[in-house]
Amino acid sequence: MRESIPGPVSKAGTVPTKMGSWSTIKPVLEGKCNFCLLCWIFCPEGAISQDEADRKVLFDHDYCKGCGICAKECPTKAIQMAEPEAGRAG
Amino acid sequence: MKLKEVSKEELYRCSYGCAGCASVLALRLTLKVLGENSVFVVPAGCISTVSAYYPQAPFFVPMTVMAFAATAAALSGISAGFKRRGREDIHVVGFAGDGGTADIGIQALSGAIDCGYKFIYICYDNEAYMNTGIQRSGLTPYGATTTTTPGRCFENRPKKDMLRIVADHGIPYAATACISYPLDFMRKVEKASKINGPTYIQVLVPCPTGWGFAPDRAIELGRMAVESGMWNLLEFENGEFHTTYTPRHKRPVAEYFEAQTRFRQLSPEQVEAIQREIDSRGAPGSS
Repeated sequence: MRESIPGPVSKAGTVPTKMGSWSTIKPVLEGKCNFCLLCWIFCPEGAISQDEADRKVLFDHDYCKGCGICAKECPTKAIQMAEPEAGRAG
Repeated sequence: MKLKEVSKEELYRCSYGCAGCASVLALRLTLKVLGENSVFVVPAGCISTVSAYYPQAPFFVPMTVMAFAATAAALSGISAGFKRRGREDIHVVGFAGDGGTADIGIQALSGAIDCGYKFIYICYDNEAYMNTGIQRSGLTPYGATTTTTPGRCFENRPKKDMLRIVADHGIPYAATACISYPLDFMRKVEKASKINGPTYIQVLVPCPTGWGFAPDRAIELGRMAVESGMWNLLEFENGEFHTTYTPRHKRPVAEYFEAQTRFRQLSPEQVEAIQREIDSRGAPGSS
């Protein structure tokens, strides 16, 4: 029904564009993640998710703009900003 | 509230905000607290600019872009409508920038607080009109350069004390927060959502583009602002102000100024004068 409304209206949560191409450097987990979740709470894009089974964070490079806040705020310095390896979704 | 208890649901994502934008982060955290059962009113400003690229709709809840001056008036109207329909469980939230709050929207805000309908008004304070090209606003602090107060013609008026302005309306709840202290900010949003009346939260959001620092330092800059005394985390409740967080280690204000480009034209004497002014401040709420 919402689609039938003419004019500049789009359904809440319509996100056809991904911002992953904004930056070539992306966060990569290189050290030991202590699952403090500081990077997760500070990520402006919500591009970090929690892997509770392995007690570590996961990065969604499709939505990451590469600002580097996660790497900066990581207390154990486990996150590095780097160019993702070839073949991996960036 | 603990980090592990915070909702994992993302209700705001994939906006066109700059990398390292703290305003976008403030909105994401607000939605984590309020959840799906909320309606947003956003005036012209950074958030409407980055969230309304048709057909992109990064809000996963209903949101409308309102005329600059009318945010709080729209909040009153929507809130009155929900009250009439018996849907007072829905959070009606205004998310306006510092210009939309302290300059252009202040009349509507004043009127809406006076009307007394239930709404949460969040002012994301990045201390200038950022999305139109960094023009000064009523909340630009003394000493900062913007494109309308460039170089040596830096901003020579103090920052408006919006918390005291809204407190003097007899508002049930008002608070200041900083994005670098997310749990403090989220606790304040939660508190505001439970109050049956108008509430106001002003959250300081460092802006990499406007303040002149690298995007990865946004959180660090907010922390520096609080530790140097340039920004205080306060609450106004039952007619009284109180501080919710006092930094353990005070930082000289010069350190905060050096971390960004907008204060670099200040001479050491001017920085010292600002430091003296901060040191001489009394308890929150006193003039």
